[in-house]
Amino acid sequence: MVKINGEEVQAAGKILIEYLQECNYPLKRIAVECNGLIVPKSQYGIKVLCDGDKIEIVSFVGGG
Amino acid sequence: MIPTKEEIQRTLEQRHTKTVQDKLSAAKAAVCGLGGLGSAIAIALARTGIGQLHLIDFDRVDLANLNRQQYAVCDLDRPKPEALRDEILRFSPYCKIRTDFVKLTEENIPSLLSEDEYICEAFDAAEEKAMLTNCILEKLPGKYLVGASGMAGYGDSNSIQTRKILSTYYLCGDGRSEICSEYGLMAPRVMICAAHQANTVIGLILGKEN
Repeated sequence: MVKINGEEVQAAGKILIEYLQECNYPLKRIAVECNGLIVPKSQYGIKVLCDGDKIEIVSFVGGG
Repeated sequence: MIPTKEEIQRTLEQRHTKTVQDKLSAAKAAVCGLGGLGSAIAIALARTGIGQLHLIDFDRVDLANLNRQQYAVCDLDRPKPEALRDEILRFSPYCKIRTDFVKLTEENIPSLLSEDEYICEAFDAAEEKAMLTNCILEKLPGKYLVGASGMAGYGDSNSIQTRKILSTYYLCGDGRSEICSEYGLMAPRVMICAAHQANTVIGLILGKEN
């Protein structure tokens, strides 16, 4: 199980970008952290979600 | 008559204590985007006696900004960094202020923000917020970043919160109230969010995290 934004999700083994696309995250409006570190954009297509990973996906909305 | 630098410093020390004020006076903070959030953040930090401010925006003051941004009609058409600098110097005449009238990009962020210890993300567009956040966290590790997402409308004040996302990254806002045609930005909620950001920066400078 992978903990994503506080919820346990069965996503271990998936590539990060597959998960993001399945969930329809707008890729240009997010930042992703894994186990306390930022995931560089260049790693989205490489990073494999592992059992026990703690992921936080920040989706930005406009206004400021 | 303008008070001397020593008089202003002494007054701040009386308000905040010397130990606290010494830390604030030594701090350098950048404000990226000088709209409703950024103009209010910069004013709050300057009033608190932050030593150095770095004000960055590529835009000029427009009539449509005056419903929520800290500018006056005499500032219309002026570049925001210099209009805000002049406003701050009216109440904090010795604050060291660097201005950059420029659009921040992935290419110029690392060099433009290299001197700043605390960085506030106060952009308007969601894609620009994401770009700045990813760029700073990837390319400028060790900097503190305090961003914002979700402060449109006039609803619940208390849904605007400060969250610690990473050890060096805090995010303020309700996370969802997006600017759209029937739900625009209004001064009070934007100022609540700006105050969260400024207060987080002060807490980080003084070593008290939220």
